[in-house]
Amino acid sequence: MKLSLKIWRQDSFDSEGSMISYQLDDVSVNMSFLEMLDLLNETLVQKGERVIEFDHDCREGICGQCGMMINGRAHGPLSNTTTCQLHMRSFKDGDTIYVEPFRATAFPIVRDLKVDRKGFDHIIQAGGFITASTGQPPEANSILISHQVTEAAFDAAACIGCGACVATCKNSSAALFTSAKITHLALLPQGKLEAAGRVISMVDQMDAEGFGHCSNTEACEVECPQEISVLHIARMNYEYNKALVFKT
Amino acid sequence: MILDAKIPAGELAEKWNNYKKHAKLVNPANRKKFDIIVVGTGLAGASCAASLAEQGYNVKSFCFQDTARRAHSVAAQGGVNAAKNYKNDGDSVYRMFYDTIKGGDFRSREANVYRLAECSAELIDQAVAQGVPFAREYGGYLNNRSFGGVQVSRTFYARGQTGQQLLLGAYQALMRQVSLGKVKTFTRHEMLELVVIDGKAKGIIARDLLTGQIERHAANAVVLATGGYGKVYYLSTLAMGCNSSAIWRAHKKGAFMSGVSWIQFHPTSLPQSGEHQSKLTLMSESLRNDGRIWVPKKPGDDRVPKEIPEEERDYYLERRYPAFGNLSPRDIASRAAKERIDAGCGVGPMKNAVCLDFSKAIKEQGKEKIKEKYSNLFTMYEKINGINAYEQPMLISPAAHFTMGGLWVDYRLMTTIPGLFALGEANFSDHGANRLGANSLLQACVDGYFIAPYTIPDYLADEMKAEKITTDHPAFAAAENEVKVQLNQFLQMKGHLSADHYHKTLGKLLYDKCGLSRSKEGLEVAIAEIKQLRKSFYKDLKITGDDKVNSELEKAGRVADYLELGELMCYDALTREESCGAHFREEYQTADGEAVRNDQDFCFVSAWEWKDKDPGHELHKEPLVFENVALTVRSYK
Repeated sequence: MKLSLKIWRQDSFDSEGSMISYQLDDVSVNMSFLEMLDLLNETLVQKGERVIEFDHDCREGICGQCGMMINGRAHGPLSNTTTCQLHMRSFKDGDTIYVEPFRATAFPIVRDLKVDRKGFDHIIQAGGFITASTGQPPEANSILISHQVTEAAFDAAACIGCGACVATCKNSSAALFTSAKITHLALLPQGKLEAAGRVISMVDQMDAEGFGHCSNTEACEVECPQEISVLHIARMNYEYNKALVFKT
Repeated sequence: MILDAKIPAGELAEKWNNYKKHAKLVNPANRKKFDIIVVGTGLAGASCAASLAEQGYNVKSFCFQDTARRAHSVAAQGGVNAAKNYKNDGDSVYRMFYDTIKGGDFRSREANVYRLAECSAELIDQAVAQGVPFAREYGGYLNNRSFGGVQVSRTFYARGQTGQQLLLGAYQALMRQVSLGKVKTFTRHEMLELVVIDGKAKGIIARDLLTGQIERHAANAVVLATGGYGKVYYLSTLAMGCNSSAIWRAHKKGAFMSGVSWIQFHPTSLPQSGEHQSKLTLMSESLRNDGRIWVPKKPGDDRVPKEIPEEERDYYLERRYPAFGNLSPRDIASRAAKERIDAGCGVGPMKNAVCLDFSKAIKEQGKEKIKEKYSNLFTMYEKINGINAYEQPMLISPAAHFTMGGLWVDYRLMTTIPGLFALGEANFSDHGANRLGANSLLQACVDGYFIAPYTIPDYLADEMKAEKITTDHPAFAAAENEVKVQLNQFLQMKGHLSADHYHKTLGKLLYDKCGLSRSKEGLEVAIAEIKQLRKSFYKDLKITGDDKVNSELEKAGRVADYLELGELMCYDALTREESCGAHFREEYQTADGEAVRNDQDFCFVSAWEWKDKDPGHELHKEPLVFENVALTVRSYK
């Protein structure tokens, strides 16, 4: 099929960007969206032009490195799908596709569609872990955890850190990302001891990074490739308030 | 040169204890005087960096991804093995050791493999303490499933995301050390050269992939945990960025490479669907617990698989290997699939796939049960192919997946360059000529959490009095210059072919000639063609863009290394005149197509030394000595 592409090009954080038009023929419906961009880049190399920079790695939906706004939606038209798992069969011959980077104050643009998501690392550094140095742990089965609690913790732990939640949120809030880690660790008996300190520190860091507040539009859940539930945000608020009440 | 693996004395079960008893220590107050560079943030790199920082060393952690959490360990789906014997089904450390050494077709070191099994149980304890949500039974105890090549259930799993969850545990431990100031992370950095001073590894040259800046980093020891090089085939189950550059550049500085041609083809990947394709997506081997593999009996059968009646299906793994059936080891299952596809029985639009059928399991256990076990894999399958695998068989095919080969290391995981360690898939050590499923996560973790934290201090203890190296040393200037010369050369190349073009051409050549099966004739052709391709690369390559963020420039460096590595793979395969594990030489097989190993002449590990001339490589051999197991014909019948 034939496509018109309008793609955001920006040299660096400090320079001005704009949408540039490209035409692409011979796109197969079996291609992934990123393979379509590979094809476009191959034509740019042939023309002697700088290629379109975009982040990607595993191309199987798990590493979280890819991500772009496609026709205004984080990771494109399908719900709960990463950009790399989007295939061209979701588009029609003759379509015009708008491609932009994930935009947020806390995700500065590096070049073209590449953004810097270091803020997420900083939030985890603020407390998104269980203090358990190598060599310390007890026998694994000495910590009993019910099937249901494990599954609920897993649902939260499944976050791949792609940033679609931030990009789609009108406030650029990182509440879904942060709350998923808080829930994962707070539900498990191993993580409960540090829960109060963790939630306060991570929420403070989230604010310090320049992410916005959550106003419960629930847009994040729709775009999240791992279907992380907004109920985790409710738990984060609960854990946060609990921590403040019991703070001594 | 005599390769000394430095295996500790004593009975097999006592060797690791004996090593630990005698390993030298560094006083807690002195640890902060040592800097250690760890390249790679997958399970091996992140766990090693975090564990060393916990001890008090200063660690610099490098990765090319935008954050440490994205390393390709995330993609491992099925599970991690451990000899906990929670299922009371006859498992033990010795049993796991035996399964692994047999699975590797008796081409690995007894002592290394035993240590891997010995440390496995503690890894589960460590991961659970970090909050890894392994599957649990209703009573709250940990659950297990079985994997290919074994007859016990020793695989721990976290849905289809075991690698992701284990890596998050290691990543979070790493982030904790960053917050404590003991680890400094250098994301979006690519190591481009190793700095060797007076024969010892003393630092690296890295490129900041955002600014293009070339940086010098000095250290008392360098750890490479940079994963495997299966991406050399272009089409593979690996991430796009996975590469061999760190180990290859270390190789060219004096680190030997071993078992280079031992590359595992995963039997349950999605087949290639067209020329544009960039990767072959993996479907976890765990699917083989419930899926049955078959092809039509009649070659060229054009019917849709689900319309082919039961009696016209050939369940070839169950037929050929009744004892292990659909859970036969990967090398066997992949080769059997290739045999049927080559015989014209393949299915799918390109006739390059076999069926993985869940209809019997769904009938017996119900759709809900199958959904609970594999829903993410079925969803992924539907996203990619638009096909609902609850209703019709998945189409799967073998794909390049895991490199058993890598940098030669001794028992301490140290390469032939003192002070340079290689961990995880980057080394060759534990899997022999074929890796068992769910042993890769294990090896990466055991290397990083439990082995390197003993062996690196053992090395550093003797470095206390060594002169402190700074980046002013002329060796840094020389290494930096080499890097800059190469990058400038690429940037000035105005040929007409892209780096991807060379990568794809090389990959196809290797799939055909140095893939699932190899022959003397084919390998010789491949070597000649690779030499030609390399010549063309340095003449006709075209790179656009500048010296800042430039993915084409990054690719060019990686492809340049693949074009040398690919040639060494062929030499390694050519000189090993036997079939063992994943290495199948057409000249060495039985009448019914089974591999014929030659223990008389080839019971050794190859260790290649780089020579800056043509053919460029010199073969050394580390003999493998088996004192505890008898070398048997590896049968899964």
